Amino acid sequence: MAFVENLTLFVLAGFLGYELITKIPATLHTPLISGTNAISGITLIGSVLVAGSGQTVLATVLGFLAVVLATVNVVGGYLVSHKMLRNFGPRRGD
Amino acid sequence: MSGIIGGLPEPVLSFAYLAAAVLFILGLRDLTHPRTAKRGNLVSAAGMAVAVGVTVLWFEILSPLVLLAALLVGAGIGTWLAVTVDTTDMPQLVGLFNGFGGGASALVAGAELVDNAGRGGAALPVEVTAAAAATGLIGAVTFWGSLVAAGKLQGFVEDPIRYTGENVVKAGLLGVAVVAGGALVTQTHLFGLLPDSAWVPSYWVVVLAASVLGVLLVAPIGGADMPVVIALLNACSGLAAAATGFALSNSVLIVAGTLVGASGLILTVIMCRSMNRSLTDVLFGGFGDTAGSGEDETDDYEGNVRSTDSEEVAMLLDVAERVVIVPGYGMAVGQAQHAVAELGAVLEANGVEVVFGIHPVAGRMPGHMNVLLAEANVPYEQMQELETVNSTFPETDVVLVTGANDVVNPIALQDADSPIAGMPVLEVWKAQTVIVNKRSLSPGYAGIPNPLFTNDNTYMLFGDARDEIQALVKAYKETR
Repeated sequence: MAFVENLTLFVLAGFLGYELITKIPATLHTPLISGTNAISGITLIGSVLVAGSGQTVLATVLGFLAVVLATVNVVGGYLVSHKMLRNFGPRRGD
Repeated sequence: MSGIIGGLPEPVLSFAYLAAAVLFILGLRDLTHPRTAKRGNLVSAAGMAVAVGVTVLWFEILSPLVLLAALLVGAGIGTWLAVTVDTTDMPQLVGLFNGFGGGASALVAGAELVDNAGRGGAALPVEVTAAAAATGLIGAVTFWGSLVAAGKLQGFVEDPIRYTGENVVKAGLLGVAVVAGGALVTQTHLFGLLPDSAWVPSYWVVVLAASVLGVLLVAPIGGADMPVVIALLNACSGLAAAATGFALSNSVLIVAGTLVGASGLILTVIMCRSMNRSLTDVLFGGFGDTAGSGEDETDDYEGNVRSTDSEEVAMLLDVAERVVIVPGYGMAVGQAQHAVAELGAVLEANGVEVVFGIHPVAGRMPGHMNVLLAEANVPYEQMQELETVNSTFPETDVVLVTGANDVVNPIALQDADSPIAGMPVLEVWKAQTVIVNKRSLSPGYAGIPNPLFTNDNTYMLFGDARDEIQALVKAYKETR
């Protein structure tokens, strides 16, 4: 994919992100941070590619570490968000 | 290169990535309301499962065991951290996870460069090396900055650490990183100092300089500015992922990373605005240096402070029809959220209208108070934002401030020279009676006295937040 196409995605996603995030209430800002944080673990895809297909030992070691860090980020991030969001209940008795 | 499903036509992979991006977007949309937020998180996780699953199955994995081991180790650590964490330790864990995302991005870009060089590959296009340099810079700053932030929140790192000429040092490190990044992009041999060898030294110079920079950036920032730092590091971890996407030319990395970057930047702006401070001021300015009056704070209040006890407050609450509770970081430190929630519940059970007034920067991360109160079963409808609750103070009988100081300081609106001038505050003094629960008269983070404490309608309830609120609940129950 050409650089311009990547840049197009970047710019459009930026505007979309702005529209989405400004609608999220302050009460959910912590789950938002930990949830988006888990999304940023998408870099796991990149690390899977490098760890799995690295031709040199050094590339494989770096890839291995990257997969570990990114997986901690993804799994931990989603679990922690889930743990927090479970508590956000409506008014008792409703 | 082809993996298990690699024989399928090329667009299948792109469609799967598109599906993952859509799931992330739908997940974020569900976060706009507490009722649907839990589902949103699961939808977002499903998107991640699609993206990672397809990647693993599509490409030829030379060493599946290495990959599997790494995934299991990471998932194990992540689960263990998430399951064992206490809600009060949430800010440092969120900070830590932020750092891991940034660190992973920096490693991926490095591994990609090393792999290319190891294969004796042709010179990479400029946009790839530029994206890799950006990833190394942002990723390493995020990783080390987050570790320092988490260490501070956990109490491992002294807070804040300041020294003269720190901004010069930081600028110098950024300069080193940029020069090394330039060498990487132009593929020059970095002044002949380093050989253009298989491990791509210029990239690691970028990472090293950025690592030290990350530590030095966060080290001087004090506790109450942490919400800004956490939000900014959140943005950085997303931007690092997006930059990795540019380096690998991967659509879902770019879209997802950019969404996260936008989210973090918006939160950063909201947090800065809620303190009426600029981002550069938070990052490079320090705080409270000019406030000399914090030294002898008791003099400021001499003879004008009226203290009260739980029985008296219980009697006030007994005749109140509307009560606003304003929590601050002190509630988190004292782990008083369950006591505070119980007070809210018993008041409501007796027909009192109860609202929690929450300042955007109360606590150590955006939404910190809300998470603590939600854990203690406070319904989200009772948690109101600054603008909503401010207009209702004149109709409020009793305001109970617990563990908050600067966010209820009227000086912010009165004194243009004060360090917190112009900061939006909760105008609690407009209520009939204000009860301030605090351990002492010591100033808050801003280091300035709070004239609220000497107001005619203010009573101080000195003591530990949890002990005092529990005593208050007991006394209130006895009056009924």
